[in-house]
Amino acid sequence: MSYFVMDEYDIIVIGAGHAGCEAALAAARMGCKTLMFSITLEAVAMMACNPSIGGTGKGHLVREIDALGGEMGKNIDKTFIQSRMLNMAKGPAVHSLRAQADKELYHREMKKTIEAEELLHLKQGEVIDLIVEEKKAAGVVLKTGAVYRAKAVIIATGTFLSGKIFIGDAAYESGPNGLAPARTLSDNLRKHGMELRRFKTGTPARALSKSLDYSKMIEQKGDPVVVPFSFLNDELEKEQISCWLTYTNDKTHEVIRSNFHRSALFSGKIEGIGPRYCPSIEDKINRFSDKQRHQLFIEPEGLETDEIYIQGMSSSLPEDVQREFYRTISGLENIEIVRPAYAIEYDCIDPLKLRTNLEYRDIKNLFCAGQFNGSSGYEEAAAQGLMAGINAALRVQGKEPFVLDRSEAYIGVLIDDLVTKGTNEPYRIMTSRAEYRLVLRQDNADLRLTEKGYRIGLASQERYDRFLEKKKHVEEEKKRLETTYVTPSQANVFLEEMGTSPLQNRITLAELLKRPQINYQSLSQIDDKMPQLSSHEQTQLEVQIKYEGYIGKQMAQIERFQKLEGRKLPEDLDYEEIDGLRIEARQKLNQIRPVSLGQASRISGVSPADINVLLVYFEKQRRLKKQ
Amino acid sequence: MKEDTIAAIASPVAEGGIGIIRISGDDALAVLEKVFYPVRKHISGNIPVASEEKLTEEADISIGAYEKRKKEMFLPQAISETGGLPLENRRLSYGYIIDNHTGQVIDEVLAVAMAAPYTYTRENVAEIYCHGSVVALRKTLKLIFQNGARPAEAGEFTKRAFLNGRLDLSQAEAVIDLIKAKTDTGFDAAMSQLQGGLSEKIREIRNNLMDALVNITVNIDYPDEDIEEIVYSELLQSLSQIDDEIAILLKSAGTGRMIKEGLKVAIIGKPNVGKSSLMNALLKENRAIVTEIPGTTRDTIEEQVSIRDIPVVLTDTAGIRETEDTIEKIGIERSKETANRADLIILMIDGSSSLTPEDEEIISALKEHRLLAVLNKRDKGTIISKSQMQTLLPKAEIIETSVAYGEGIEAVENAVEALVYAGGVKPGESLLVTNARHEDLLRRAQKYLADAEAAVKAEEPLDIIEIDVKESYTVLGEIIGESVTDDIINEVFARFCLGK
Repeated sequence: MSYFVMDEYDIIVIGAGHAGCEAALAAARMGCKTLMFSITLEAVAMMACNPSIGGTGKGHLVREIDALGGEMGKNIDKTFIQSRMLNMAKGPAVHSLRAQADKELYHREMKKTIEAEELLHLKQGEVIDLIVEEKKAAGVVLKTGAVYRAKAVIIATGTFLSGKIFIGDAAYESGPNGLAPARTLSDNLRKHGMELRRFKTGTPARALSKSLDYSKMIEQKGDPVVVPFSFLNDELEKEQISCWLTYTNDKTHEVIRSNFHRSALFSGKIEGIGPRYCPSIEDKINRFSDKQRHQLFIEPEGLETDEIYIQGMSSSLPEDVQREFYRTISGLENIEIVRPAYAIEYDCIDPLKLRTNLEYRDIKNLFCAGQFNGSSGYEEAAAQGLMAGINAALRVQGKEPFVLDRSEAYIGVLIDDLVTKGTNEPYRIMTSRAEYRLVLRQDNADLRLTEKGYRIGLASQERYDRFLEKKKHVEEEKKRLETTYVTPSQANVFLEEMGTSPLQNRITLAELLKRPQINYQSLSQIDDKMPQLSSHEQTQLEVQIKYEGYIGKQMAQIERFQKLEGRKLPEDLDYEEIDGLRIEARQKLNQIRPVSLGQASRISGVSPADINVLLVYFEKQRRLKKQ
Repeated sequence: MKEDTIAAIASPVAEGGIGIIRISGDDALAVLEKVFYPVRKHISGNIPVASEEKLTEEADISIGAYEKRKKEMFLPQAISETGGLPLENRRLSYGYIIDNHTGQVIDEVLAVAMAAPYTYTRENVAEIYCHGSVVALRKTLKLIFQNGARPAEAGEFTKRAFLNGRLDLSQAEAVIDLIKAKTDTGFDAAMSQLQGGLSEKIREIRNNLMDALVNITVNIDYPDEDIEEIVYSELLQSLSQIDDEIAILLKSAGTGRMIKEGLKVAIIGKPNVGKSSLMNALLKENRAIVTEIPGTTRDTIEEQVSIRDIPVVLTDTAGIRETEDTIEKIGIERSKETANRADLIILMIDGSSSLTPEDEEIISALKEHRLLAVLNKRDKGTIISKSQMQTLLPKAEIIETSVAYGEGIEAVENAVEALVYAGGVKPGESLLVTNARHEDLLRRAQKYLADAEAAVKAEEPLDIIEIDVKESYTVLGEIIGESVTDDIINEVFARFCLGK
């Protein structure tokens, strides 16, 4: 086989899924000549599993990606067919936006955006090897023999890398959705010294909508007022499509139970580790045998297709069993399955091998993102893709890495968890993983991150101007509310109407707004100087004022947290040399090589006493250097 | 950036000496001012109470009596006439430690405030030289924690001294050794104390909190799943139950003692020798704090009691044999086991009859232990003499009692106290500090819980409520050395069927 050099780029991205797209767009927008490969161009931004974007924690990630200048938020705003804000009753920090997408449209719109991006090229091709020179990534080799050189490479292979599909007894090499897998790359990555492991995930069947009886199901409509994902959009109006809810029953469980032995999951054929948060239906019935019924949602895959997605029912049982148990379910009696549910196994790395900028520790200029890093989910992938793209671009430009910490973003929580704690299953973000949830709200992602995105050259001028304007409006109005007093005679009639106690003395509008019965809009009845604010701005004000006390508490915690984050650790330190560290701590520190004392303190096996030993050690080094 | 203010007992604890409490950090002087009430006693002589002589005399009387006398003598009103003087930098002041909530006088002390940077840690430092009663020392430390300091970690003063450039570079290794050593012994001490019921109790409380947390978490993170919504009234009920449980633990600590920890005293002997009677007598004379401790071995009874202000856990092996027909194996084995876990053994022998084979076996098993041997049933006669016993148990302190008639109980108490302070058993510095730390953590856990309850009552949303519930859970975890990390998420997946 002959090899030939085709071209030279700043950055090459392997894979064009949700991670790859964000990575490539970010790199190109930051001024790097970028090339992205996909085994097939049909797989660009393909939603291989559920047809929705967002949800708890995930919605936060999308907002953050958007605030930094990423694409996912804008793309779903263009292509959603239903939108809901979840958790409205459970507090401002966990309000979570989720939208159903038209999958085909989502793919097409993203592809269009990529094709329009000046410095970005998208090509179909299977990468089979990396070029690594002096422990630095320098390009890729294609199956065709074509060689592309680059200053940095980003791996975002998803479930394509040595993908293997399981349906009942059948097991065969395949990428997701019947697409070709990347067969050769794994061996060559190992050749370059990368250790790979197997993870597993699964997806439920797709069926024809016309074969279902919706009269037996419960309708789930979208919200009447749609909140956009992107901070660039003020309001979106669109006719929305419903989802439908139905349940499994005894009969379903019986069919599944009597066929346990035919499931790939229980037969021991699957060696990959699956995520606990999306168990297959056989797994659910096995583990929660006392549960009478399990819910499933029927979600449309798009406007131009009759296919629907059966959320809650992923399975690796054989096709005949699948059809049998689906047909026991109310409304699904005549279901026509067009794509059977399957489990898929793929190669990925241990993310402990990564630096905080998502660069592979032992190969310089090689960045990694998405399922390849052991995560799961479109949003998790996109978040890492964005950060990998940004950091690859910064490397090419000779600039400092861009890392978000746990107090700045869910993106920071996600990446810190992966590279510091590692993961034993495909990692999913959850709001409970964030320590400073009340500060990391989806409503203030722009206030937290847009400035940073702008500084590194990613967030557009338009986005930055909008952010400045919103910030100014909120700050001004907050100040006005805090300094404008109302007297009992001005307010008490209104307060009685709102069902809250009357005033004895004058009080500021801000104090009044803290009362649960009162929202910002309602204040207009006693406040004739109220400015016209956007709904984004109103939400911001309300949350900032109503939860001031709690937010203040978290800010104090963050201050303490950042103190340790600020104590940087040298890269080349040999922890074996430091007396006083326990052996386990030495090994873990040498393995993970934390960048700060804060990161070190989160490594399992490193105790507070070890951190103290490190503190003393560095003070000693500092003084020795001074002498 | 503000440095936390830390405090700890900085001297080895021993009766008769002076106990030193050190406070360091930005707020050290403020904390001192809150708890210390300087008086110009020596200068003006205006205080109408206790002469110098009386004070000296009192050093020799028992702790309990001293406490009582002191309360009578130093009423806060008497002090206030001349007290409340400003503290001068680096000048020793005389005065009282007064509980700023109850107004109660805790101790008569000398104290000094030293402003940064010319101090041991280069931070603001305050030191209090207490009279030396262990109880007063503990109470004072507790008061300091209530007023804004937190318990110092192992070696933390020295660590700060080094990090702030106070210690020479050559001392770096020593500082590391200190952190290591103190952590190791501190850990051991904590573990040995926790082997009783405390850790189990904390675990139980924590598990209950976990239930609440898991429910909140799953409600927040899985809004679409088929899961019961949280009912606020039920949440409030479970939180306040947990609150009550912590309050019970704290109540026992209210007098400076923690439930289920302290000096472990095992009463060992054959059946019907009077073990239960001795236990009851000790309980009766001294205030029992808790009657029964759940979670301990079924065959042993544990009681918490304070003997001469020393917190003691009495373990009675009663019931071992009474319920069993086969005497030999269990009785002896169990006694040995209890003996091994105890800080102090009280071996009871029926002095009115000759030694049984069982007695002999127990004696030979315990020969090498430092213990109190109690020759009971003296009212019924003297078959075994004190000297006879001493030959059998050369290392033992021998006491004769007639527990049924209440005779010799005081001698037992004296002997327990003497043994503690003579170093026969060593509660040591770490015991006290660790206790104070536990108490402080419990209080903080309770505070967070109270905040959470208030949030539930105010119908704040779940994510707001969760913050304080989780803090409480985390703080309780610190007592037993368990971190929060991933256990909640693990529980969520273990208990609920979730996902697509």
